[in-house]
Amino acid sequence: MAGIPHDHYEPKTGIEKWLHNRLPIVGLIYDTIMIPTPKNLNWWWIWGIVLAFCLALQIVTGIVLVMHYTPHVDLAFASVEHIMRDVNGGYMLRYMHANGASLFFLAVYIHIFRGLYYGSYKAPREVTWIVGMVIYLCMMGTAFMGYVLPWGQMSFWGATVITGLFGAIPGIGPDIQAWLLGGPAVDNATLNRFFSLHYLLPFVIAALVAVHIWAFHTTGNNNPTGVEVRRGSKAEAEKDTLPFWPYFVIKDLFALALVLLIFFAVVGFMPNYLGHPDNYIEANPLSTPAHIVPEWYFLPFYAILRAFTADVWAVILVNKLTFGIVDAKFFGVIAMFGAIIAMALAPWLDTSKVRSGQFRPMFKWWFWLLAIDFVVLMWVGAMPTDGIYPYISLIGATYWFGYFFVILPVLGLIEKPLPMPATIEEDFNNHYGTSAE
Amino acid sequence: MKKLLISAVSALVLGTGAAMGAGSEGHIHDVAFSFEGPFGKYDQQQLRRGFQVYREVCAACHGMKFVPLRTLADEGGPQMDPAWVRAFAAELDEVYDPETDETRPRKETDMFPTRWGDGMGPDLSLMAKARAGFHGPYGTGLSQLFNGIGGPEYITSVLTGYTGEEVEMAGSIFYENTAFPGGIISMPPPLSDDLVEYEDGHPASIHHMAEDVSAFLMWAAEPKMMARKQMGFTAVIMLTLLTVLLYLTNKRLWAPHKGKHA
Repeated sequence: MAGIPHDHYEPKTGIEKWLHNRLPIVGLIYDTIMIPTPKNLNWWWIWGIVLAFCLALQIVTGIVLVMHYTPHVDLAFASVEHIMRDVNGGYMLRYMHANGASLFFLAVYIHIFRGLYYGSYKAPREVTWIVGMVIYLCMMGTAFMGYVLPWGQMSFWGATVITGLFGAIPGIGPDIQAWLLGGPAVDNATLNRFFSLHYLLPFVIAALVAVHIWAFHTTGNNNPTGVEVRRGSKAEAEKDTLPFWPYFVIKDLFALALVLLIFFAVVGFMPNYLGHPDNYIEANPLSTPAHIVPEWYFLPFYAILRAFTADVWAVILVNKLTFGIVDAKFFGVIAMFGAIIAMALAPWLDTSKVRSGQFRPMFKWWFWLLAIDFVVLMWVGAMPTDGIYPYISLIGATYWFGYFFVILPVLGLIEKPLPMPATIEEDFNNHYGTSAE
Repeated sequence: MKKLLISAVSALVLGTGAAMGAGSEGHIHDVAFSFEGPFGKYDQQQLRRGFQVYREVCAACHGMKFVPLRTLADEGGPQMDPAWVRAFAAELDEVYDPETDETRPRKETDMFPTRWGDGMGPDLSLMAKARAGFHGPYGTGLSQLFNGIGGPEYITSVLTGYTGEEVEMAGSIFYENTAFPGGIISMPPPLSDDLVEYEDGHPASIHHMAEDVSAFLMWAAEPKMMARKQMGFTAVIMLTLLTVLLYLTNKRLWAPHKGKHA
């Protein structure tokens, strides 16, 4: 796909030409920040900048935290307390890092759901979507391993439970689990490798973010109408777009400042609200907490993991069909990863020709039901596994899969889309009541 | 009880709180501590009283291995006189020095002593944060948010929750307690009215001592709370200003394209 026509960087002075002929880095930066961007982007499009900021925040605070942290089972917990008590501003660093993870996930969930609503995953942006899903998986790995580092009770038992999932894989499971842990149980070897990987993965994410941006800079941004930017000529494209700098940079920075305002209120006044109090108890392999609960951002998938208990007919059926190889535990693991894979497959499961949910009258309802489903799963993931909760998890998990594997394919065939504006310019002008320039 | 408006809004934005399933949890009553809410501050006199209760009562069986003694003199805490802290440290149990392989008198740069072994209780360094797990209703943490019901309230409730009944189980004596999960606790009732004679002449009922020592333990767990809130205010005020400026910049920047005049 040809990019949107726009002005490119032209080296003018001698030194600019000299550098440009050897390394066209100024041109790369210029083309990246001057990229034509659909001018009708709404406020749901600001989360990308928030995410970029989160990554930078986590890397910067993380690097400083590492200067004071000790990855050893006997010293890790005390070194975190040392950061909290003795390191100048250490309490802010740690609280920003811990709550920064929450902001990161809040932003990524809104970003993903924005993509799901406006059909940002559809052709030609499938690669952007897939890369985004890989980033999300890396984020989950990074966050999970980071949570183990303070070596509190939830760190230890969370690591035990989650690595135990890999142990559920038939045959090779226990070997994989031992390989992940560096031994038969969560111990110093586990802490050390998690520390190493927790430091590595953010840089992998940074590289993937570059690819993510590269991909959507190739296809151009999606926009709330899903109508493509006209690319016939530069003049035509300029009617639909404005350059990223300064228009979207300033807009995004405004939104970022507002988000950070709330973020710093949380860090300053209630930094432990989103954390689990048990993690202020040093890890003790001999004492299992009454309830092992992951961080809030894992809860929807944790709920799906726990939804498929041995008494669910689908589990019984699969168990029989596989001659007992796939038991309830392994089924749950497949379901949890499957829930994310289902999301990643959205570009090929959605049969609708219309990109944006704005013009899909039936889709809208199913989409918002999915958003509610996500919140319900998040809530039920924190609840005990008795009473009515397993049923709620099961209904929630079923809808999640139903949305991607049944509703998305079928809707595209039966739905009658609403009339769409012909161009982005038309949409923008309708919105602001201006006549065509 | 101050309602944390800012916190409430941000909590809603950040979605559900990390939740904790309620087991057989005891009854926790709310206490209006001075340090709750964005404007809350530690009451220095209360911290000193609480410290007195800790060193005269709790310290017999509970250590605080993560709390450096010198922090007793820090701003925002009990702020004891540094010379007093040095003298106090020297009176505590000796400390093992791995370099000389001998014990030596404790210094203010050392931690509070640890307590372990038969009949000793858990470390109290972080107890006020570790017991903040009342995430009701339905795991949303809203009552904790609005009423400030957290670790210090739990500690106060346990200390005042003894019914006077004793239960013998498997050869050990347990004490009935309305706040402790499960209803019985192995710690004998540690407080009785006027057990401690406060240096500032404050009345020393069980309730007073329980609240004072809870406040002290909150400080022990979160010594930088006041500095943190200060930092929070600075950040919020600066970001409010930045947000307004960026809003106006953005508005002006886009105005010509939206058919408005700058």
